[in-house]
Amino acid sequence: MRAIDKRFAGVAANRDVDLTLNAGEVLGLLGENGAGKTTLMNILFGLYAADSGSIRIAGEPVAIHSPADALANRVGMVHQHFHLVPRHTVLENIMVGEPGRMGLLDTAGVRARVDSVGAQYGLALDADARVESLSVGEQQRVEIVKALVRGARILILDEPTSVLTPQQSEGLFDALRALTADGVGIIFISHKLREVLAITDRLAIMRRGQMVATLDNDGSHDPHTLAELMCGHSIESPARQPVHSGRALLELSGVTVAGARGRPAALEDASLSLRAGEIVGVAGVSGNGQRALADVVAGLEVPSGGHIRVDGEPVDNPTVRRMHELGIASVPEDRIGAGILAAAPLWHSMLLERIGERPFSRGGLLNFTAMRWWTAEQMRRFDIRAPGPDARTGTLSGGNIQKALIARALAFNPLVLVAAQPTRGLDVAARDFVHQQFLDLRRRERAVLLISEDLEELFAVCDRIVVMYEGRLVASLETERTSTTEIGLLMTGGREAA
Amino acid sequence: MMRLRLEPRERTPAWLNVLLPIAAVAATLVLASALVAAAGAEVLPAYRALLAGAFGSTFNSVETVVKAAPMIFTGLAVAVAFRARFWNIGAEGQLLAGAMAAAFVGGLEGLPAWVLAPSMIVAGAVAGGLWASVPATLKVRYQVDDVVATLMLNFVMFYAMMALLDGPWKDPLSGYPDSPDIRMDAEFPILLERTRLHLGVALALGCALLVWLLMARTTLGFRIRAVGENARAAARSGIRINRVVLVTALLSGGLAGLAGVGEVAGMHFQVMASLSPGYGYTGIVIAMLARLNPLGVVPAALFFAAVATGSETMSRQTGVPVFLADVIQGLALISMLVALLFSHYRVRMQAQAAHGVAKRLGAH
Repeated sequence: MRAIDKRFAGVAANRDVDLTLNAGEVLGLLGENGAGKTTLMNILFGLYAADSGSIRIAGEPVAIHSPADALANRVGMVHQHFHLVPRHTVLENIMVGEPGRMGLLDTAGVRARVDSVGAQYGLALDADARVESLSVGEQQRVEIVKALVRGARILILDEPTSVLTPQQSEGLFDALRALTADGVGIIFISHKLREVLAITDRLAIMRRGQMVATLDNDGSHDPHTLAELMCGHSIESPARQPVHSGRALLELSGVTVAGARGRPAALEDASLSLRAGEIVGVAGVSGNGQRALADVVAGLEVPSGGHIRVDGEPVDNPTVRRMHELGIASVPEDRIGAGILAAAPLWHSMLLERIGERPFSRGGLLNFTAMRWWTAEQMRRFDIRAPGPDARTGTLSGGNIQKALIARALAFNPLVLVAAQPTRGLDVAARDFVHQQFLDLRRRERAVLLISEDLEELFAVCDRIVVMYEGRLVASLETERTSTTEIGLLMTGGREAA
Repeated sequence: MMRLRLEPRERTPAWLNVLLPIAAVAATLVLASALVAAAGAEVLPAYRALLAGAFGSTFNSVETVVKAAPMIFTGLAVAVAFRARFWNIGAEGQLLAGAMAAAFVGGLEGLPAWVLAPSMIVAGAVAGGLWASVPATLKVRYQVDDVVATLMLNFVMFYAMMALLDGPWKDPLSGYPDSPDIRMDAEFPILLERTRLHLGVALALGCALLVWLLMARTTLGFRIRAVGENARAAARSGIRINRVVLVTALLSGGLAGLAGVGEVAGMHFQVMASLSPGYGYTGIVIAMLARLNPLGVVPAALFFAAVATGSETMSRQTGVPVFLADVIQGLALISMLVALLFSHYRVRMQAQAAHGVAKRLGAH
């Protein structure tokens, strides 16, 4: 890709960007949120049109106007969020968009290609399994195989490991090595710098729409120097001071949430105590009951059994309002789907919880001055970058939306903050900022329940890590006395700790 | 080779929000002109006759405004409901419920005259609201689809009304399946002499302003919009969405009920089968044309009323069938839906990639 320019509403998302991918290499594409990585990849995959610049593949200039063009030019992309039909089989999902033969589906041909791709690269799949029955790692494999079956020789992977356990990531890396050995070029986008250093051959670093460095990954770089290149200034990792843990702020004992219609319980006999001045991490592969746990604590789900106490006070019939009043704030996993009003102004999203309070409203009438002033104040305090309080919430970047949600939760001055995947997809600077907020709560003798699939994150900030597996809390371990390997094993049901 | 493609917009400029409905109306008239021509009339004179019929004299203008009043009410009813994603297709039935309540109260002997008009207004609004609360309750309690429920209840209400009119409520004087007239002193006062400009018109305009204030300036409006924008986020924030949906339904049905009150107390003074030529359904189109903005409902309703009254003049003068009014309504909805696309997306012309390279090389 040469001299790619792309502007959105006058703002340059890509400025004069050059990118070269050689056959048989893994190129790590790094940058903060909003640095232009995704825009660049969307241009390569035909989702956006570049304002100017050119793309050559194997020396030939190509015009890519759509994902179909991209696939015809042997460019495949695996998005962070999969585009699969859960109720269809693996084979049916792979055949979507296949040309077929004279209007008929070429089932046998595609099946043969799926098998040969699987055998060649160690990406074996049961072609007749329904996608909904597969693990996240296997679903990702379906996406990769889908791209390869279409003949992709250039593969774009957008945050491929954000949903994987360490063990699953290793499996993915093995497949990537097999692919590059066969000459496939891979562009690997990730915020996890350690694994980027582990798997890539070269690194391309973007900042504010420009390519600021391309480096050979020759072992002379460490995560810290990369992070500084990405944000353009030095950063300090959050430091954790020991704090004596105090009284229990949140206690769950034997809490159970029945599964929907005969499914196994979403949360089974969960007991957990969260003390003042403590950050407790919840590790687990997604879909093992974390959502039910978060929903119970947020007051969205009424448990079918067990007891909840907040700051010593028993909560019999939890509702969202009751939990708010007791001092529990939550940051949802699905930021856009469950957190904000995408089409509404930022102040509307930020004040959802507090609109009934003074000074934001009085006698049922809204006070726009107070709402805008308060929102502007939060934007300043939490460094939320947006044109102003009236900006449409959905136009903010992922990191800024997350900051807004955390600002909203902290405005309550909560006793307990429950945050689900709070740094997924965030860049290093935004992630540090979020962690700093957690540590700040800890210093102020509050508690944080941090639900995350990112073990690096859990080990960085948590005092204690509990592991969820199939709706149960299978272990509770002091961070200092455990390892990612142990947690990773527990997450996959490998072993129950005492 | 040029290609057209759509790209999402980061924000919609304010001028576009004003321009789009106007453009949609213009496109509607252009499209409808083909039918005017097909009917053998010249397009411009036909539209001139339409305009004259709608606004050519004080009398015509008043007729247009009077015709717009029920559409303003039903447009508001739908705009409020759709904001909360309560898909109320049932304004028609709620209108009839309001009309029947008003006709009943307006015919009560023994009430002092001064309480009649306010009582009819309250009774009509309550009846419409209660009728709308039926599908809303089914929706929040049992997840019954609101589109189907509200639509079907229109027929329930219409045929229940006809059963009453053909039975116990038949006007004994005329013997037709109409209800008895309301009391003379229950009729809405006329605001302009020798016209049919009645109190209901002022009530409609006042309601448009009140509903706008409610939606834009109150905590209830804030919550209704939050539920419509993202019910999950609203629920997580402690907003009781079921309650908000029910309140929205009461409000929406109440507004539709007021349309019926106005027709009974200001126009017909009784209930009969032809009371509403589908005002409830027209309200949906009007609300869409107004982009669910309560203040936008007024001009949108006036446009539809003008087409309806003007088309009769046009028909007399140029022979174009009055049914063109219905065609224009349909075209207006489709044009507006297309126009809405442009408020979320921009159209880009795109040349082949080689063109971009050439431009760049030329610049160096």
